[in-house]
Amino acid sequence: MLELLRQPWPWYVAGPLIGLTVPALLLIGNKALGISSSLRHVCAACVPAGIPFLTYNWRAELWNLFFVLGIGIGGFIGYQLMGHADTIAISPETVRDLKAQMHLTDFSGLLPKELFALENLSNWKGWVFLVLGGFLVGFGTRYAGGCTSGHAISGLSNLQWVSLVAVIGFFVGGLLMTWVFYPMMF
Amino acid sequence: MKNLKYLVLGVLFGIILTKSEVVSWWRIQEMFRFQSFHMYGIIGSAIVVGLISIQLIKRNRLKTINGEEITLADKKYNHGTWIGGTIFGLGWALTGACPGPMFAQLGSGVAGAAVLILAALAGTWTYSALREKLPH
Repeated sequence: MLELLRQPWPWYVAGPLIGLTVPALLLIGNKALGISSSLRHVCAACVPAGIPFLTYNWRAELWNLFFVLGIGIGGFIGYQLMGHADTIAISPETVRDLKAQMHLTDFSGLLPKELFALENLSNWKGWVFLVLGGFLVGFGTRYAGGCTSGHAISGLSNLQWVSLVAVIGFFVGGLLMTWVFYPMMF
Repeated sequence: MKNLKYLVLGVLFGIILTKSEVVSWWRIQEMFRFQSFHMYGIIGSAIVVGLISIQLIKRNRLKTINGEEITLADKKYNHGTWIGGTIFGLGWALTGACPGPMFAQLGSGVAGAAVLILAALAGTWTYSALREKLPH
């Protein structure tokens, strides 16, 4: 059993557990699953700067920040305490393509060090992948009114067609980056 | 400490995201290149389970553990839904992380995740400041 918990979890275990988070949040406090809102609450708490969209009672949404803090702790437990493989077993085709197209050589860790190590902030890679990438995530999720959790999981679970539009947008953007912009960058 | 239960649920959520490798850039690349079923299986089965759960809650008019009414707000469409969605998608493929995984990555010990989160906060702040001028 312990060994099973240590291994990477298959989709058919993880997916349903993620799905159960939706009713769990509703049943313990009538809360809708959504993580990108936490970024807005932090902005409202720290740098509201008189912006109307950041002027609201963020303290009423404190539960969301506790949830996000929990995710961070969960990341520590899941990776450092429960153990992990050095290299994630992605498909051989992906390895082949990333070697050929993006010239990656080190496949260890959760993210490629050749793009996301802090040292990369001294060249374009760090600025594109860490800074621009993070910025687009924060800007886009708020503009769209939600992210993968709020729109894809929570919204589609509640049959919201608006969320379907958003999720199609997520994939259009992701495919554009992967298939059009990546080949231009490398 | 009425918020403690959300912290506990967040911990469980973070463990699931980490153990299923959803927090990995490699997995997101694999997804956008259609070279594995893993991510599609996770998102798809999560939606199916969420959908069934919400139907059960609605049909049985379940209440929260404190006896409150459960209300599900409808999401409202504006052009930001697809414009912002596409912008997020570009960032998702770059960073390999949506907002939840960024926090899990930081907890797992990835230093770059701190930069990602700060940049995401800057993005949200910038959107908030420009909101009135953007098409919606």
